[in-house]
Amino acid sequence: MELTKRDYDLPDSKGHFAEFGGRFVPETLIPALDSLEEHYLAAKENKLFNNELNQLLKYYCGRETPLYKAEEISKELGFNLWLKREDLNHTGAHKINNALGQILLAKKMGKKRIIAETGAGQHGVATAAVAAKFGFECIVYMGEEDIERQKLNVFRMNLMGAEIRPVSSGSKTLKDATNEAIRDWVSNVENTFYIIGSSVGPHPYPMLVRDFQSVIGKETIIQFKELTGLPLPDKLIACVGGGSNALGLFYPFLPYDVEIIGVEAGGKGVNTTQHAATLTKGEFGVLHGAASMMLQNEDGQVTLPHSISAGLDYPGIGPEHSYLSKSKRVKYKTATDDEALDAFKWMSEKEGIIPALETAHAIAYLKQKDNGISKNEHVILNLSGRGDKDVSTVEQSMKKKYE
Amino acid sequence: MNRIQKLFTEKREKLIVYLTAGYPKLNSTKDLVLSAIDSGADMIELGIPFSDPQADGPVIQYSNEKAIKNGINLGIIFDQLEKIRQETSKPIALMGYYNQILKWGLNTFISDCKSLGVDGITIPDLPLCEANEFCKLSKSMNISPILLVAPNTSNENITKISKKAADLIYAVSIIGITGNDLSSRTELKTYLSRIRKYSSTPFMVGFGIRSHNDVKWFNEYSDGAVVGSAIIEKIKNKNDYINSARSFVKKLKGNHG
Repeated sequence: MELTKRDYDLPDSKGHFAEFGGRFVPETLIPALDSLEEHYLAAKENKLFNNELNQLLKYYCGRETPLYKAEEISKELGFNLWLKREDLNHTGAHKINNALGQILLAKKMGKKRIIAETGAGQHGVATAAVAAKFGFECIVYMGEEDIERQKLNVFRMNLMGAEIRPVSSGSKTLKDATNEAIRDWVSNVENTFYIIGSSVGPHPYPMLVRDFQSVIGKETIIQFKELTGLPLPDKLIACVGGGSNALGLFYPFLPYDVEIIGVEAGGKGVNTTQHAATLTKGEFGVLHGAASMMLQNEDGQVTLPHSISAGLDYPGIGPEHSYLSKSKRVKYKTATDDEALDAFKWMSEKEGIIPALETAHAIAYLKQKDNGISKNEHVILNLSGRGDKDVSTVEQSMKKKYE
Repeated sequence: MNRIQKLFTEKREKLIVYLTAGYPKLNSTKDLVLSAIDSGADMIELGIPFSDPQADGPVIQYSNEKAIKNGINLGIIFDQLEKIRQETSKPIALMGYYNQILKWGLNTFISDCKSLGVDGITIPDLPLCEANEFCKLSKSMNISPILLVAPNTSNENITKISKKAADLIYAVSIIGITGNDLSSRTELKTYLSRIRKYSSTPFMVGFGIRSHNDVKWFNEYSDGAVVGSAIIEKIKNKNDYINSARSFVKKLKGNHG
């Protein structure tokens, strides 16, 4: 069967996805971004670079990750649910795909001091791991509140030799960790490589992170066909914070006729002020180097988001998601803290898979009444990470709930 | 000719004082600006506080955070500017991050600046590659878009940036954020003479400038020195912040009496 395919070739040469994206950073960073872009575009076409990355993805990371039919949940819901098992990657989430790609670029560019920001700690752990492997210095900026709720990941990063710098400004979460990482980069740009963990930031980062993560979707296309004999699934679902796991799955499917749904963190409800539903409730603006949608007040100050999951607790979103939302190519929905907690338990009980709280938001969407999923459809959900890091948060929430 | 263009035709030592609007008190802006001018500031750069000031070190971050808590916003800043303009004819530039300007509306922002007698605008997170519209609109209203260059900006880009800005550029003294330490004078000299050679406009230098000696030295190699973090630090937690500002600005100008 011939597939219908539409062209999709964003971003443009200046890093814009229509009005989104671009480079909104101090002039000091421009030479570094130019140089990064140049090295990346060369590496992308370079056989040796790609071979090295593919070997690492296979033998260090454990790729390819399985596409797994969740039989029990499929039976319960009456459609076919496929899980792309990114939780089975080394370090426990999709983040390592991008960290490996970027550290190879750092090596190429001769920069041996690595900095990163982290929210849930998954990107921090992935970066700490690859930095340890390559023998590079690694500094991870992390909000004080996140350090508290992600103790396990802090310990893992320390074990692998990373230095954690607690961030006490603003919301004490991912937004402020990102500010501090950017300030560090502005001050040490000559010898430092900033490994950004999501498809956010100034061009070329959103493109580069998306490309490194798109191994998820590329594998999925082949696996789905092999397993079902069908050309394409009906729907794709992933959770969206900054949006890298979602774009990793979605991007290779964008030219095809597949319905795509991103699920944002609805926190305590999108009609409260306590959520992180950037596309659902946000406005156009500039944050962390890119034009995109963001949560802000009437004075243009960035407002504090809320989500039970540290990885989604972010007031911005990658510029490409803003574009995909505006162009209506991807639908964006929300799931609340409570729905995510229920989904966390449900997936654990039904399939014996403990998902990350971030991922649990995408899982929660499966149970929403108006989700538009029809009987017998094939739905692929990106199981972006495992939930070991979240067990104490979930334990506390359950205690509260049943007290 | 606007006030900035005029000031930078004068060949003499110039001190540009940065103040955060709404800091330390919501309504301290006017008195602080006017006392800085009384004490010898040749130009004022007034910062619009932002929740996420990427290019700023801890001192200015703190002043931004405090001013926002005080209740400052762009509407209030424009009211304050209106009153300030009635009492001084020194050049005033606004410095703000791009998000707030977008939120106000780029066009409206620039025309409001025009009607309130603002002479220049600096947007630290708007580099050359994104600055086309901003520069075009500003120039059409006779406001100077003050673009920035850094020590790692290439010669070619220094020329491009200065041409695009047309009136004045702001040279960041160091690779870093506001309030960082300065690099060696030898290194600085090489950098500043590179700008002198490749810039088609006058340029002022800022970041890490703290003393009269610094101000004098930078004026030898550029067209003006900006002092920001050092003065914000001086007025931090002072009840008598007006007098602290006055005596510090006088010292920066070399008037100790």
